[in-house]
Amino acid sequence: MPMFNSNEILDTIHMIDQQHLDVRTITMGVSLLDCCDPDPKAACGKIYEKIVRSAKDLVKTGEDIEAEFGIPIVNKRISVTPMALVAGASRCEDYTPFAVALDKARAETGVNFIGGFSALVQKGMTPADERLIRSIPQALAETELVCGSVNVGSTKAGINMDAVALMGKTIKELAAKTADSAGFGCAKLVVFCNAVEDNPFMAGAFHGVSEGDRVINVGVSGPGVVYHALQSVKGASFDVVAETVKKTAFRITRMGQLVAQEASRRLDVPFGIVDLSLAPTPAIGDSVARILEEMGLEVCGTHGTTAALALLNDAVKKGGVMASSHVGGLSGAFIPVSEDEGMIAAATNGTLCLDKLEAMTCVCSVGLDMIAVPGDTSAETLSAIIADEAAIGMVNSKTTAVRLIPAPGKKVGDRVEFGGLLGSAPVMPVHPESSAAFVGRGGRIPAPMQSLKN
Amino acid sequence: MRAIVTVIGKDQVGIIARVCALLSEQGVNVLDISQTILQEYFTMIMLVDAAQAKVPFAELVKLLEEDGKAQGLVIHAQREDIFNAMHRI
Repeated sequence: MPMFNSNEILDTIHMIDQQHLDVRTITMGVSLLDCCDPDPKAACGKIYEKIVRSAKDLVKTGEDIEAEFGIPIVNKRISVTPMALVAGASRCEDYTPFAVALDKARAETGVNFIGGFSALVQKGMTPADERLIRSIPQALAETELVCGSVNVGSTKAGINMDAVALMGKTIKELAAKTADSAGFGCAKLVVFCNAVEDNPFMAGAFHGVSEGDRVINVGVSGPGVVYHALQSVKGASFDVVAETVKKTAFRITRMGQLVAQEASRRLDVPFGIVDLSLAPTPAIGDSVARILEEMGLEVCGTHGTTAALALLNDAVKKGGVMASSHVGGLSGAFIPVSEDEGMIAAATNGTLCLDKLEAMTCVCSVGLDMIAVPGDTSAETLSAIIADEAAIGMVNSKTTAVRLIPAPGKKVGDRVEFGGLLGSAPVMPVHPESSAAFVGRGGRIPAPMQSLKN
Repeated sequence: MRAIVTVIGKDQVGIIARVCALLSEQGVNVLDISQTILQEYFTMIMLVDAAQAKVPFAELVKLLEEDGKAQGLVIHAQREDIFNAMHRI
């Protein structure tokens, strides 16, 4: 070969064929700010039309790139302007029709998910924000693949505890409305602190107001490749481990960058960012938990897990940053319990508990993700969990998120099946002691100091 | 457009002939070939020029894949760019 040696070529082939290397998503961000209308019907019509016009070639382009480069591109998705900003101009109380319009556009374009049924309320809630949040249970229950998110806190604004309290109730209501699918609706709803505007991953993707009219963002994956690379350095020091992860992340990200540029060129839509995330799937050999175990932990969740994850998360970023012209989104290691074969196993045998997961979210992106909790968990307890997680994000100037499923009728030890990429989750215990009086106070937790950091 | 064709599988008579015949039928020019037997497995890597191919590249990928399957071989054809991206700075 004039340019490559056989090992390099076979390395790439093995990464794709045996180590689950893939591009998780090409996500097109579409601004809907020009779709506002006092008449909600007219607004929904404009929204549908703009999304379909903007993204009509997205799926085909993704499939073409997949075929020509031989890289699986698992999902094609669309993110839109936080819907509260668009729907706020319309004279109506219930925003469900806006979600229905999104779902129709999703079906027409053939993408896997559409995200942006969202509100940003870290400091305060406009009437439109509140209407959107109150519409979430019906909107996400009635639609198939529309995702929603609410940002309740930020490092600059503090935590809006009124919104936190409302989100606990919203999650409970959404779970009840989708009880026949074990509360599946909750898998489409994320509560954020420090949400980012260019995230290509669901359920938290939305198209921020500082973005252009349209943008292409790409999310890479590849826990299996990192796991495999670490198998070749068994027993070596952490210096070697970090170097190995960095090199692997570099390659994965270069591939993501290539796909992003190619998609941007073919669709004639500006390239936004590559999100350098290790996104696991329920498939064997595609797990973040197994990477941590490969570093020397008997089971993910035991002592040492937080340190292992901190190294992994940091090395992924260091390796990926040089490989891409623009890095953004969430960028780090994800730890969604139901979507990670190793996490499912660790949670099932009881080693991985909610408290340890919370500690882990201090050092990685993003948060308490895809965790099933008992159906009788109170709204206040859910809110208190959200507040804890938001506090971690606020103080550490990072994104944190909560995606909990209080599965109706399920108890600790039961299992909830979501299917596909969303996997299955053992129902994990929460503390039974009440946080109701804490959550009931309302108001705002002030923004933290940005100096004197200890 | 240049692409890399990789052929992996149990060694048997006529693999190279068969793959090359298919490529030539489709108007694809072979620029370079390297081939070894790794632990009884036949491994061939070809650099090809598919600019004059008679079918769209995605279709060529499918043709090769299906032809490989029929003989118990795994055949991939991928644009060269992906290897450039992953292995060269």
